[in-house]
Amino acid sequence: MAGFERHEHDVLIVGAGGAGLRAAIEAAAAGASVGLVCKSLLGKAHTVMAEGGVAAALANVDERDNWQVHFADTMRGGQYLNDWRMAELHARESPDRVRELEAWGALMDRTPDGRILQRNFGGHAYPRLAHVGDRTGLEMIRTLQDHGVHQGMDVFMECTVTRLLLDGGRVAGAFAYDRERGRFRVFGAKAVVLATGGIGKAYQITSNSWEYTGDGHALAYHAGAELMDMEFIQFHPTGMVWPPSVRGILVTEGVRGEGGVLRNSEGRRFMFDDIPALYKEQTADSPEEGWRYVVGDRDARRPPELLTRDHVARCIVREVKEGRGSPHGGAFLDIAWISEKIADAPAHIRRKLPGMYHQFKALADIDITKEPMEVGPTTHYVMGGVRVDADTQMSNVPGLFAAGECAAGLHGANRLGGNSLSDLLVFGKRAGEYAARFASENAASSLDPEQVAAAKRHSLAPFANNGGKGPYQVQEDLQELMQNEVGIVRTEDDLASALEQIEALKERAANVAVTGNREYNPGWHTALDLDCLLTVSEAATRAAIGRRESRGAHSRVDYPAKDPDWGRYNLVLWKDAEGNMKSRREPVRELPGRLTRIIEEQG
Amino acid sequence: MAESTFRVWRGDGETGGFQDYTIETTTGMVVLDAVHRIQAEQANDLAVRWNCKAGRCGSCSAEVNGMPKLMCMTRLSDLPMDEPVTIEPMKAFPLVRDLVTDVSWNYRVKENIDAFQPRKPDNEDGTWEIFQDDVDRVMEFRKCIECFLCQDVCHVLRDHHLHEEFIGPRFMVHVAALEMHPLDTGDRLETLRKDQGVGYCNITKCCTKVCPESITITDNAIIPLKERVVDRAYDPLAKLLRVVRRKGTPA
Ligand SMILES: Cc1cc2nc3c(=O)[nH]c(=O)nc-3n(C[C@H](O)[C@H](O)[C@H](O)COP(=O)(O)OP(=O)(O)OC[C@H]3O[C@@H](n4cnc5c(N)ncnc54)[C@H](O)[C@@H]3O)c2cc1C
Ligand code: SF4
Ligand code: SF4
Ligand code: FES
Repeated sequence: MAGFERHEHDVLIVGAGGAGLRAAIEAAAAGASVGLVCKSLLGKAHTVMAEGGVAAALANVDERDNWQVHFADTMRGGQYLNDWRMAELHARESPDRVRELEAWGALMDRTPDGRILQRNFGGHAYPRLAHVGDRTGLEMIRTLQDHGVHQGMDVFMECTVTRLLLDGGRVAGAFAYDRERGRFRVFGAKAVVLATGGIGKAYQITSNSWEYTGDGHALAYHAGAELMDMEFIQFHPTGMVWPPSVRGILVTEGVRGEGGVLRNSEGRRFMFDDIPALYKEQTADSPEEGWRYVVGDRDARRPPELLTRDHVARCIVREVKEGRGSPHGGAFLDIAWISEKIADAPAHIRRKLPGMYHQFKALADIDITKEPMEVGPTTHYVMGGVRVDADTQMSNVPGLFAAGECAAGLHGANRLGGNSLSDLLVFGKRAGEYAARFASENAASSLDPEQVAAAKRHSLAPFANNGGKGPYQVQEDLQELMQNEVGIVRTEDDLASALEQIEALKERAANVAVTGNREYNPGWHTALDLDCLLTVSEAATRAAIGRRESRGAHSRVDYPAKDPDWGRYNLVLWKDAEGNMKSRREPVRELPGRLTRIIEEQG
Repeated sequence: MAESTFRVWRGDGETGGFQDYTIETTTGMVVLDAVHRIQAEQANDLAVRWNCKAGRCGSCSAEVNGMPKLMCMTRLSDLPMDEPVTIEPMKAFPLVRDLVTDVSWNYRVKENIDAFQPRKPDNEDGTWEIFQDDVDRVMEFRKCIECFLCQDVCHVLRDHHLHEEFIGPRFMVHVAALEMHPLDTGDRLETLRKDQGVGYCNITKCCTKVCPESITITDNAIIPLKERVVDRAYDPLAKLLRVVRRKGTPA
């Protein structure tokens, strides 16, 4: 295989966010040789943007908290479609994973007695999110990165994997190009861990960056792995809506955790108007009780602004639709009002939410200590992903693992805020550990030159399409389509039409042409990303057609109710021998009695 | 809606020049939006780095009208739009193409800085007692988003190219964060003096002025480090005591 840069590792990790870095650290600790590949520079992955915090039942602020409550909260939030074993492991192990960060140098905000401080977040019964101001993700990724680079691993920055290579049924490595020079790299590996994050770039309004094109999902799918829960895409209720150029940028849920309230154009706190039955018992019935909760009164219940994200997003959409929205089509999020309650409110807000303060000041000329923000839903997170074994994170393709946002199972129909950062740590570690074990127990696989050649042809195709259109228009058209027809509220007609249009877009994508050469050429990179975007868009659309009910983040106008029968199934997608996407209903694994009891006890 | 012109550097390390692009601009746009619009409509292959578009990742560093800036946080409404806006890559690093520079030197420098070394846990469950005051003391340094704008503007690197001798303001901040970390027991002062060139900084404060995270790099990180290095150099006994005290204190 001349003409390629060749690399050999025991474990190849694709993605250097929290999940990838944590996996790399663990695999290296187990003695495996580790290669770590990422599309951007090290430390710039999405994890850096996480604001609110990392969920772990440390019980530092409220000693009633424990893993059982965290487990029950996660299952309820996911409407019981979660893989119970993942939810259990996550709740049990996240406290240790968070404490371990401290041993590696992370510094989080403290309680008065010197322990890690925890804050309130939607769907969590007690203050549970360890955090540092609103830049928790930065602290986490920097800690992992700085610790990781001293553990001995080969890091390949600005390098994009476009294909997984197989040896029989087993994974054998990956094919990639480097952005800087456009050179191709062939990675041989005994085990591959996908930690590529989400798919938000399939949508027009999103909190996600250019990197989130669903690469891991698509790579796994084309390599024969199964995807699950792809109909569940989280629209975060509070993205910026104005000015247009910042539309979609996230406004952390931490604002509501610190007492921020949502109002419509009539000044009404509309979140009190519709509280789902599942949460009635746990929700405050007056603004006064809600405020007491914010300031730590243990007998008070959560304000309705802290209901789950799917619900809050739908309520905002309802207000806008019924003509009570803010001037630019959102709702008002007000934290400034807390000056009625506490003396040094502006200073308090600046200390607790410095990033938000700065973001609104710099980008929207709004001083959040004085005026409300305008917010609306933004595509934020994908619950669906590669279907993996709960304990090991291995997919149905031997040697292929997935962890973090690109894996499915933990979050079910809806993810709770803060449960992603903890997911990365818990399952990143597990994936690294089991990938290293797989590598040590299996002989090297061999690379098939024919697959490598095909991967190269595929990568170069856009240069051969003389005279075709550029990739950006196709990407934009896809984003608009997904936004409008596979968005927050869905119907069969829209979804079916979306599927047809995706087919048409696939043809256009196959014909896009790029100008310039292979050196740092974003046009070329975007052209290659289109394949992945189209694959995950098709998956999301097919799954959304399949699930004929409304549950969690998936909301069907034509099937507005929850259907108890559907509550027993996950939707699984895979590629058949002819290359078509197939789906089936897969029964949710039955909870063992000890966990059912926990859920019952938690009400 | 208005039309505006952007004068963008195009080219690689060998050849290149400015090229003008005129596009429509809208309310609230930032420089990065303009670059993206140019990329989508007129120059598909225009090379630029970005990720978060919210000043959090430190990817989109460039020089806008000669000033080192994050493009995603620089609003057009804050620039004189009656003349072309120039956008160029950072100057302290080798150019890859267009607005993208080779910043790999920074990653190599960091790898050579001694890692965090915590003292023994305070509690039996392996945890430490740390108070908010201790956290607040180094919080400022830990806000760094590694945009490398401070490196770009520092004359020791930019004009004198002393990349082999001097680690630059970003890594002074990093060393300060480690040295002042409430749990750290490492000792990086000797290396800082000998190999990392703390002496090259002559406190011009240009780095502090451009830091998008408003880190007071010079006053809060570099000067205290310089003081520690000087103390140490003149007072070997103090050094010995310090080591004994730091390693031996049970909290
Ligand atoms: C603005 C924002 C705020 C958030 N706040 C919170 C929060 O407070 N709490 C919380 O729990 N969660 C939060 N989340 C969600 C959470 O940050 C993400 O889900 C999580 O960081 C994903 O981590 P990851 O390791 O799976 O992937 P990422 O951190 O996204 O990393 C993906 C990596 O994969 C690489 N990659 C992708 N494709 C390829 C390819 N083809 N080849 C090579 N490399 C590739 C990328 O370069 C990157 O390095 C937030 C998300 C956003 C966007
Ligand atoms: S203060 Fe020192 S580090 Fe900062 S720019 Fe000036 S010489 Fe460089
Ligand atoms: S110290 Fe400031 S300017 Fe320098 S890299 Fe960090 S954030 Fe950027
Ligand atoms: S894109 Fe992240 S700082 Fe500008």
